[in-house]
Amino acid sequence: MFRNNYDGDTVTFSPTGRLFQVEYALEAIKQGSVTVGLRSRKHAVLVALKRNADELSSYQRKIIRCDQHMGLALAGLAPDARVLSNYLRQQCNYARLVYNRPLAVERAGALLADKAQRNTQSYGGRPYGVGLLVVGYDNAGPHLVEFQPSGNTLELYGAAIGARSQGAKTHLERQMDEYLEVQTADELIKAGVEALRQSLKDETLTVDNLSIAVVGEDLPFTQYDGDKVQPYL
Amino acid sequence: MNHDPFSWGRPSDETYGAYNTQIAQAPSFPKMNTQQPIVTGTSVISMKYDNGVIIAADNLGSYGLLLRFTDVERLIPVGQNTVVGISGDISDMQHLEQLLDELETENQYDNSSADGAEALKPSYVFEYLATVMYNRRSKMNPLWNALIVAGLEDGKPFLRYVNLLGVTYSSPTLATGFGAHLALPLLRRVVDTEADVGKTTLETAEKTMLESMKVLYYRDARSSRKFSLAIIDNDQGLVIKKGLKVEGMAWEFAKNIRGYGTQKV
Amino acid sequence: MNTIASEYSSEKQSTPIEHSFNPYSDNGGTILGIAGEDFAVLAGDTRHTTDYSINSRYEPKVFDCGDGIVMSANGFAADGEALLKRFKNSMKWYHFDNNDKKLSMNAAARNIQHLLYGKRFFPYYVHTIIAGLDEDGKGSVFSFDPVGSYEREQCRAGGAAASLIMPFLDNQVNFKNQYVPGTDGKEKRPVKFLTVDEVIKLVRDAFTSATERHIHVGDGLEILIVTKDGVRKEYYPLKRD
Repeated sequence: MFRNNYDGDTVTFSPTGRLFQVEYALEAIKQGSVTVGLRSRKHAVLVALKRNADELSSYQRKIIRCDQHMGLALAGLAPDARVLSNYLRQQCNYARLVYNRPLAVERAGALLADKAQRNTQSYGGRPYGVGLLVVGYDNAGPHLVEFQPSGNTLELYGAAIGARSQGAKTHLERQMDEYLEVQTADELIKAGVEALRQSLKDETLTVDNLSIAVVGEDLPFTQYDGDKVQPYL
Repeated sequence: MNHDPFSWGRPSDETYGAYNTQIAQAPSFPKMNTQQPIVTGTSVISMKYDNGVIIAADNLGSYGLLLRFTDVERLIPVGQNTVVGISGDISDMQHLEQLLDELETENQYDNSSADGAEALKPSYVFEYLATVMYNRRSKMNPLWNALIVAGLEDGKPFLRYVNLLGVTYSSPTLATGFGAHLALPLLRRVVDTEADVGKTTLETAEKTMLESMKVLYYRDARSSRKFSLAIIDNDQGLVIKKGLKVEGMAWEFAKNIRGYGTQKV
Repeated sequence: MNTIASEYSSEKQSTPIEHSFNPYSDNGGTILGIAGEDFAVLAGDTRHTTDYSINSRYEPKVFDCGDGIVMSANGFAADGEALLKRFKNSMKWYHFDNNDKKLSMNAAARNIQHLLYGKRFFPYYVHTIIAGLDEDGKGSVFSFDPVGSYEREQCRAGGAAASLIMPFLDNQVNFKNQYVPGTDGKEKRPVKFLTVDEVIKLVRDAFTSATERHIHVGDGLEILIVTKDGVRKEYYPLKRD
């Protein structure tokens, strides 16, 4: 039987120049529930579908606030996301304390990328098994950044990660010209929820499984869960 | 057995001989830090006006009573909207200059809009310097300086002070050292409260600053005639005037002073 | 001549004589906190000094930390600012770690004790006061010494003019040395809660008087008032001489 000899660690290339462990990590993201991020010229929004292990359990946490002006949503291994969000919280904190400055989203992306990349180059470690959508509002305005375990970060107008995210992604691509010019946070959230719906299969959105977050000018990172998402269903 | 508390916890000299300080590179003296400034720069003075801020400092580096260096620049521009004026120890000032240089470089690395939206603002520069100053004093190894950060932030004048203790404060007029006693009353005569800032033009402000530099040159023995003055203005941007000289002094009276000096009474 | 045999006296002096750097200074100013029945105030003058110089006529030192807690650390201004910064930071992480739970006054006070005592051997040279509402909605004031000893009180003055204001407060807030007229000094005047307006009047009187008698107090008075509706700020000018 065929056995891959080049996927045991992250420091050995395959003869075709691939790092299999990193590619597997990318697969882990697809195991997570779908998460959508998008931004207009005024706001940035995260919309996520929460899953529960069984009927008796609570729903997972998909959105994590990192600072007044920044937060992220995850798809993949939640514990890895906690490590990364804690790191980002510390970095945001440091920027505030030492420079009296909100950490730029671009810089946050670079910090996460550097941290993830280190894992792919040291023996005995593994890449992070989680994808993140980081949104924030800094001096340059609203931003959305996608983070991947490979150490890639991309700035985007819209993104979707997680299970069946292609549906949402395609929807965002088609709708981009509209939501980019949207004026209010509310409208952008609605556009986000609509995109999220394109990635649903058996589920229906409820107050229990929908998580929303928004950030913008004069609007600190705010998260909506439970009854507060009712208006967007 | 020696029961004197002096020998508690020590290897006994009878058995091991005198303690060898060379072990573990232990120095025979404790580590010493700056306890006094060596080459110093005197006052920095500054004030807000309706469209920006002005800051000035002379170009002298004194070695005690000796006027040692006569071409020291103590106004340091950081980016396009900030100037840091530094008084006190000159070597510590040069260390701060290096830190500020690194700060600017790092910002250029980190941000694609480092010259635009993510440009360093005066309050960022100030917070960084205040953190450095307080941390150094907390290590009992201070940077022997008093600094004034002047600049424009979101169109509004910014002025704040920090010194070797990490003590910080803001006011529409600020001065370090001797200037706080000699120049500040003159500056406050023009801009006393935040409300006066809006009523003061660049012309008035600059005139007041030149007058104050003159008074400082008259009375501060460790000051020089040559000085620099920086203006950070909403319309003109950052302007640093170097090599200015105190003008229009009145020394006429000097020849009439009798009783000491070389003249015969 | 030593009576107890000791070798301390014969220890070789190997260190140079120190002219050590003094890491502290006194930046003047005074603060005052009073708790009412359903409110609390914390006031401070806005003058900032070193020695005989006025550095600034408006440098606020009473701050809203969020969660209806106001705080001021008066004395050495750099330490005061550092402590405040650390407390705000601690609060931020408390919110991260406890799902944005409100920090109670009791918890805040204990936390500040730890921040202060953590520097027991290189203290924050400040007199700290916090004010807010307790878990029953009652006004509360906590005061701390530089190394973290703390106590909940009805009122407390701190800083340069504390010794001028505190006896006035004892008399006017806790009615010390006040007796019911006609009882020949036998019956104490019963204590009662003061209203917000009465408290603000007291605070203003305390500061105008302290301004008259203390050179490090003056320029402006900033009062932060905590009620169930949030934190409100009031400013009154003081003499600038």
